[in-house]
Amino acid sequence: MRQLRTFVAHVEDRPGVLNRVVSLFRRRGYNIESLTVGRTEREGVSRLTVVMEADDDAARRIEANLYKLVNVLLVDDLTNAPNVTRDLALVKVKATPESRPHVLQLAEVFRARTVDVGSETVTLEITGTTDKIDGLVDVLRPYGIVEMVRTGLIAMRRGNSEVVREVGEVVAA
Amino acid sequence: MTGPRSTRRSGAQLIWEVLLSEGVDVVFGYPGGAIMPAYDTILQYPIRHVLVRHEQGAAHMADGYARASGKVGVAVATSGPGATNLVTGIATAMLDSSPIVCITGQVSSKFIGTDAFQEVDITGVTLPITKHNYLVTDVDELGPTLKEAFYVARSGRPGPVLVDITKDVQQAMTEWVDDGSPVRLPGYRPRHALHEDTLQRAIELIDAAERPLILAGHGIVRAEASAELRAFVEKTGIPVGSTLLGLGGFPATHPLSLGMMGMHGEAWVNHAVQEADLLIALGMRFDDRVTGRLDTYAPGAKKIHVEIDPSEINKNVKADVPIVGDVREVLRALLPRVQKRTRGPWVARIEESKGHSAVRDIKHLPHDGRLFAAHVMHDLWRLTEGKALIVSDVGQHQMWEAQYYKHDHPRGLVTSGGLGTMGFSLPAAIGAAFARKDDEIWVVVGDGGFQMTACELATCAQEGIKVNVAIIDNGYLGMVRQWQEFFYDGRYSATPLKSPDFVKLAEAHGLAARRVETREQIADAVAWARNTPGTCVIDFRVEQEDAVYPMVPAGAALHDMIRRPAHSPIVETSEDP
Ligand SMILES: Cc1ncc(C[n+]2csc(CCOP(=O)(O)OP(=O)(O)O)c2C)c(N)n1
Ligand SMILES: [Mg+2]
Repeated sequence: MRQLRTFVAHVEDRPGVLNRVVSLFRRRGYNIESLTVGRTEREGVSRLTVVMEADDDAARRIEANLYKLVNVLLVDDLTNAPNVTRDLALVKVKATPESRPHVLQLAEVFRARTVDVGSETVTLEITGTTDKIDGLVDVLRPYGIVEMVRTGLIAMRRGNSEVVREVGEVVAA
Repeated sequence: MTGPRSTRRSGAQLIWEVLLSEGVDVVFGYPGGAIMPAYDTILQYPIRHVLVRHEQGAAHMADGYARASGKVGVAVATSGPGATNLVTGIATAMLDSSPIVCITGQVSSKFIGTDAFQEVDITGVTLPITKHNYLVTDVDELGPTLKEAFYVARSGRPGPVLVDITKDVQQAMTEWVDDGSPVRLPGYRPRHALHEDTLQRAIELIDAAERPLILAGHGIVRAEASAELRAFVEKTGIPVGSTLLGLGGFPATHPLSLGMMGMHGEAWVNHAVQEADLLIALGMRFDDRVTGRLDTYAPGAKKIHVEIDPSEINKNVKADVPIVGDVREVLRALLPRVQKRTRGPWVARIEESKGHSAVRDIKHLPHDGRLFAAHVMHDLWRLTEGKALIVSDVGQHQMWEAQYYKHDHPRGLVTSGGLGTMGFSLPAAIGAAFARKDDEIWVVVGDGGFQMTACELATCAQEGIKVNVAIIDNGYLGMVRQWQEFFYDGRYSATPLKSPDFVKLAEAHGLAARRVETREQIADAVAWARNTPGTCVIDFRVEQEDAVYPMVPAGAALHDMIRRPAHSPIVETSEDP
């Protein structure tokens, strides 16, 4: 089934690793919806979250291709697993003296934080699922969005479950 | 032993020390500024350096060495243009999973990123065409990195690895010693466990199949699984079709060998694929040249796909039973458990479809004095008793070689399959000559491809290499000309080829050469080349506008072949003339 997929890849924190991962998606013709990279609980290990559209077969091959990169430690397709996902956005929206209360009220409904107030704008910070952020952006649009940036999704499995690996169990080399 | 010996030496020395510990005794390369420290110290070590004439040749030589031996081949080049000249050779090795290590010099670390003289980001350039690559800017990392490079190149699905070493690292001193500890690659998984349930499902399919067919690929050769394959075939009675790179993995003269499949495969093999009820794909990846149009490929067959690289599973052809693993281990696991059977009616049916094709074969044309490439290949096979190592180039001659030289032994054919790199053969044969010192080696090359790397004749002369070069000289970029004849209304755009006098060219290099224009001259010329020391070149002036048959047009269904037009009178014999 073709759907938006969320992959998490644990990679060695070495120069060029991000380039290798991105190059792989480019070369195999996969379009990345969002990509984030960051540190993890383990020193020397970074974690990439990649969101992209793919069917089941393609998803399995993406995973297998990621595993072919020597610096990739672990790949987890979270798409259909119980998971927590978060995106963060900063939205600078027009706020005249008349519209400002409305904007701030909307922010409150969405639990966005006001991080800056200018003479003609308000900057909001919102964290949440993609849907939640899309929702805020939609209602702010009529007021005039001056600038917006989103970090892209990060994701984690829920509960105590460890990451599951499907392709090729490992035998000591 | 007296007191502790100093282990202090330069990075330049360490390169060769690690290579020696990896069993390397020959490297192929070309010097330049950024690799000079390494070239200065190689003189201290028992490693033979072969000076190529173009770095592309160095990569192909390393590749040819690797394919002929199963060991890792090594190419060396300087930074910038030296490194970029390797690129075609690296891509060739990548597409055919050939284990090579390329060592390139790089500008000193303090200049990196400044567009310094002869600086090219070669790890960036080769990122998508290497299995892995490294830039070394710290001399203490050099030893472990080189060890890793060899390990990655040869393990799992093999492939090219490039190690780019800055000049200051070559000059710096290090105390690193190899303590023999295994390389630390936590994310690298070259081996996979076999699963009992998939093996069981495979066995059930194999035992139940009435029209099964084995598709033997390069993996059989790479995994050294020929003996296991033969035992499996003889127990199960299943006939074998081969990919181009799989040729020799199963003996061509075995009664259950059907020959090559695919675009220029034998008609009976392609028909067998289409009629089969089970395909057992062993170490192959369903390349488009093998399958033809996918939605009509082997429509009635279940597929068992045995492959070491999980990313190849379900890529082109959906597998009913995918088995990720080393093909030799898989065959060993299956062999004792599959039923002993004969597949009489199925094999008879395939045999029947052969007869008709065989008599239309060009070998059986009534002799009219014309020289066909097929004659050259067939006679070369006979005269060398099928025992030579053939290194073929890319084009029509490559297909005729595959059709008419019967390969009975693994590593008996070296050719660029995946990338189809013209110019591969002569340098690859030079590399192979170092791996197989006692074997007879023939290069089979077109007049076009030969001119792409003919400069390496000088390497043959300087290094005292003995290979025999058969130029299949048809005056055209023949394979492209054939496509123009079939699909572009015969408009020969940029395919007629005027060549230098190849005999004089060889002689100018101090090498012996001859020309052959009739079939009668073949045996004599081949015998002459076999008995003459040093590299010999034979210019075979063959029929100019012959075509390779059968042919599945690109994108057509596998059973939709263009066949050799019937000639009259058909010689009713299936005996070799
Ligand atoms: C480096 C490279 N350039 C172009 C091609 C495309 N190509 C494939 S076969 C061929 C013709 C080869 O001519 P020749 O070497 O004379 O061999 P022939 O087909 O005549 O036997 C060409 C141009 C290629 N495979 N490799
Ligand atoms: Mg030609």
